[in-house]
Amino acid sequence: MSNKFVSLSNLTLSYGKTVAVPDLNLDVVEGELIALLGPSGCGKTTTMRAIAGLLTPTSGAIAIDGRDVTRVAANKRGIGLVFQSYALFPHLSVFENVAFGLRLQKMPDAEIRTRTEAGIATVGLAGFEARKPADMSGGQQQRLALARSLVMEPKVLLLDEPLSNLDARLRLEMRTELQRVQKKTGVTMVFVTHDQSEALALADRIVLMKDGKIEQLGTPHELYAEPATAFAAEFMGFENIFRVDAGNLVSETGQLPLGFGAKSPMLAWRPSGVQVGHGPFSGRVSASSFAGGHREYVIDTALGQIKADAPIETAEVPLGDNIAFDLPETTARSLSA
Amino acid sequence: MKNLTSWAIIGVTLTFLIGPFIIIIFAGASAGEALAFPPDGLSLRWYLKVFTIESFRQSFVLSMGLAIFGTLAALLLGVPAAYALNRYDLPGAETIRTVVASPIIVPGIIVGLALLRYLVIPLNFTVTLALFLAHTALVLPYAVRVVSSSLNNLRSDMEEAAVLLGCTRLQAFTKVVLPNIRGGVLAAFILGFVTSFNQVPVSLFLSGPGVKTLPIDMLAYMEITYDPSVAALSALLAFMSLAIVFVAERLLGFSRYV
Repeated sequence: MSNKFVSLSNLTLSYGKTVAVPDLNLDVVEGELIALLGPSGCGKTTTMRAIAGLLTPTSGAIAIDGRDVTRVAANKRGIGLVFQSYALFPHLSVFENVAFGLRLQKMPDAEIRTRTEAGIATVGLAGFEARKPADMSGGQQQRLALARSLVMEPKVLLLDEPLSNLDARLRLEMRTELQRVQKKTGVTMVFVTHDQSEALALADRIVLMKDGKIEQLGTPHELYAEPATAFAAEFMGFENIFRVDAGNLVSETGQLPLGFGAKSPMLAWRPSGVQVGHGPFSGRVSASSFAGGHREYVIDTALGQIKADAPIETAEVPLGDNIAFDLPETTARSLSA
Repeated sequence: MKNLTSWAIIGVTLTFLIGPFIIIIFAGASAGEALAFPPDGLSLRWYLKVFTIESFRQSFVLSMGLAIFGTLAALLLGVPAAYALNRYDLPGAETIRTVVASPIIVPGIIVGLALLRYLVIPLNFTVTLALFLAHTALVLPYAVRVVSSSLNNLRSDMEEAAVLLGCTRLQAFTKVVLPNIRGGVLAAFILGFVTSFNQVPVSLFLSGPGVKTLPIDMLAYMEITYDPSVAALSALLAFMSLAIVFVAERLLGFSRYV
């Protein structure tokens, strides 16, 4: 098992004069499922296209399994890519879609048949061999795209927003499916997503990207529990983020005295970390909605709007009324900047 | 009342669209000696006579050849051109599109005269070569347009997928792009064929002694001989075009591409 199975060193990627990714360094461990997470325009897709060989780096190097592939053409890299749109070949049957890459290798027919059928079976599409992609559901098309890449036994499988085109039920099913396939084949997977819940649920490690740079890298648990920066915290659901200045919490609209000593320049709370119903502060309820297990309040305060989740057992505070709250030390997350 | 008006409009439109066609069919089926409508009695003798006129036979072969090979040449140029315009961010792509479309925009008379004056006479081209080049140029805009529209419906990530599965760029084009734009290419061929075959103004300038396309030959024939055989031939050609379009529609839903 190599700790640098995919290695990006000092990678700079640009479109014309626009630099999308400046000086990126990243090592992917063999057999791991790693997520490139970030908002659109953060360089995650650009990075993935560079690993695939669809984009030539301006500078820097890409190595896969110890071999420098920076100048190796996309069709010689041995990398699979499942496109967001699936990019299936509409004129070919399911069988021929999966066999497409094998046929190019001039493999004997019998071997093509065996491997194609095995690939189709792996993703649970046995019996669909003669269908055309257009006659299949979104979930089935996604499985087909996966099979088409997997039969090539790629060193690395890249997936572009693998779950974004599926409805909620299929999403869950496909998530399990991807993890199962990864466990079975042991293939190293890199997937790109803008959805933090997708990354948290699926990945062994998450690379959170912002403006072409790595903002934070860690396990889903690390990112969720210990985001290091305001950007990471916001992405991980800390909706209340404030600066700390001389014992006060400060926002653009005003300030509140902090009840405890803080060393970090910023503090953040999830809505679930805000204590509602009692506490030293008070604000006016400007929105309230029932969310099953809890009630979501938006409270107008000196700091601007604060989002807070209250246990469902507590009595509802009507819109416009005042509500007491606290921003406790126990649920506060310290941020660097 | 409103309903009656719209029916009247449809009726007038159809009369003007289909009327001439019906007149020609019957004028050609006349038993008399002169081109007239209504015909003097009915007979198929003019329809049969068409096949015995030697110059019609020759010009038909020439027109067929021009339509088939001119269109093929236009596709050979037009498909790669459409592909390049569609897939790459070429500098001056809009200008190229306009230049490619110009043979349809500029009146045929001018195209014909320009080709004759500045290409055929100075370079001393043979009449056949000049006609072939002119017809290729005239069909090219249709080839580029129709193929472009079917390329538009084809996502470029399909080619990238093919490349990642081991294709070269060229293989990705032949194995993935071409099979998926086949319908568009066939539609462009048919449209080009019909355009070329019915072309008059450009061919008028470029036809020379003994080498005439069929429409030009028909014009020349009518100036001398005013008998119903021209009407009969026109009707036959109209039926031929109809048959081609009908077969194309049946085979690949032609109207989706035009």
